[in-house]
Amino acid sequence: MEAVNIFVKSIFIDNMIFAYFLGMCSYLAVSKTVKTAVGLGAAVIFVLGITVPINYLLENFVLKEGALTWVDPQFATVDLSFLSFIMFIAVIASMVQLVEMIVEKFAPALYGALGIFLPLIAVNCSILGGALFMQERQYTNIGDATVFGLGSGVGWFLAIVAIAAIREKIRYSNVPAPLRGLGITFIITGLMGLGFMAFMGIEL
Amino acid sequence: MSTETAAAANTQEVVKEAVPKEPLFSAKNKRLLTDPLDDDNPITVQVLGICSALAITVQVQQAVVMCMSVLFVMLFGNMIISVMRNVIPSRIRIIVQLVVVASLVILVDQLLKAFIPDIAEKLSVFIGLIITNCIIMGRFEAFAMGNKIWPSALDGIGNAIGYAWILVAVAIVREIFGSGAISFPGIGQIKFLPESFYEAGYMNNNLMILPPMALITVGIIIWIQRSRNQKLIEEN
Repeated sequence: MEAVNIFVKSIFIDNMIFAYFLGMCSYLAVSKTVKTAVGLGAAVIFVLGITVPINYLLENFVLKEGALTWVDPQFATVDLSFLSFIMFIAVIASMVQLVEMIVEKFAPALYGALGIFLPLIAVNCSILGGALFMQERQYTNIGDATVFGLGSGVGWFLAIVAIAAIREKIRYSNVPAPLRGLGITFIITGLMGLGFMAFMGIEL
Repeated sequence: MSTETAAAANTQEVVKEAVPKEPLFSAKNKRLLTDPLDDDNPITVQVLGICSALAITVQVQQAVVMCMSVLFVMLFGNMIISVMRNVIPSRIRIIVQLVVVASLVILVDQLLKAFIPDIAEKLSVFIGLIITNCIIMGRFEAFAMGNKIWPSALDGIGNAIGYAWILVAVAIVREIFGSGAISFPGIGQIKFLPESFYEAGYMNNNLMILPPMALITVGIIIWIQRSRNQKLIEEN
């Protein structure tokens, strides 16, 4: 039950885009058509689902104060948490490299469509943000951490697909010239965020 | 967008090599500082570094601390990458860049935790997220990888200031309308709205403190900027 709660919470209430604005750069850049948005969203779910549990293990068995006692009891006072940024980003960068190779091999059309944005998942704030929130919220076991990673990914996916669908349609409406493109996307995202706030306070 | 600027930066470098020597603040170098303020603003035009820009603009002091951290990381990151640009193999450049940024951010994070722990607490994960702030990687890719150290330093400062003014502007709007006062460290809160407003029934707009209003505020800033600067208007 706890896992379901975390899953729903990370999709709707703590949505990466609407509550924390993580991964906005690629969200704004790749949301012009639904097709590429779906591709990038799926890649983000996949990368978050893999990197959050790996970083969870790293955090609990290497970085946290006293985490190294499984090597030798005298390491009980060693606190390596100041290294967490660099360790997390290293894990993320290598996982993204892997995803890039897999996509290039099995879905060349998708690879062509995502182009430059695939390597940029490494610098997508939502991935590192997922790892850092996982560290801050101290999930009790790796299952919860994985569910949190997947849920955040699904939330991000929903957000980017929704905005892409809206942007495809908004081409036919008469937006004031200075607002076209970027400006209106910001405002629509803000309104969607207000909508998502209706989920606040839901407990399962 | 970033590939175009990268290409432009490369051609710029070729041109620069032919010129033997130029003054420290030549016209071109000055443009490096002033362009990012308006025509080439990292947030409203290049669309880089949005994530952190929105999340920490609830209060002006948080925004200022964030901007100083970004300025520090941008300046030194750009200089370090510029120094190393000829020895970084292009296949692994992203990882090299990440390592440089991550080390600088660890430094900033430890300093903030040591000297202003309460603000560092509020900024929570967002200091760490400077690592993946697109503005930093974007400028490394587009500028520092193809330019000498002095222009890179100027570019870093220019872009950090361009980022900063948007952040502070958003934060000022949100804090004035959200809580009616701006709190400064050391001075305390300064009220901007007279008491008579409140007596007449004015209430602080709590909506401004909520995350979605940051997006709408930035949207409005973009609107104002583009209606003043017509050449930035997009096609659709």
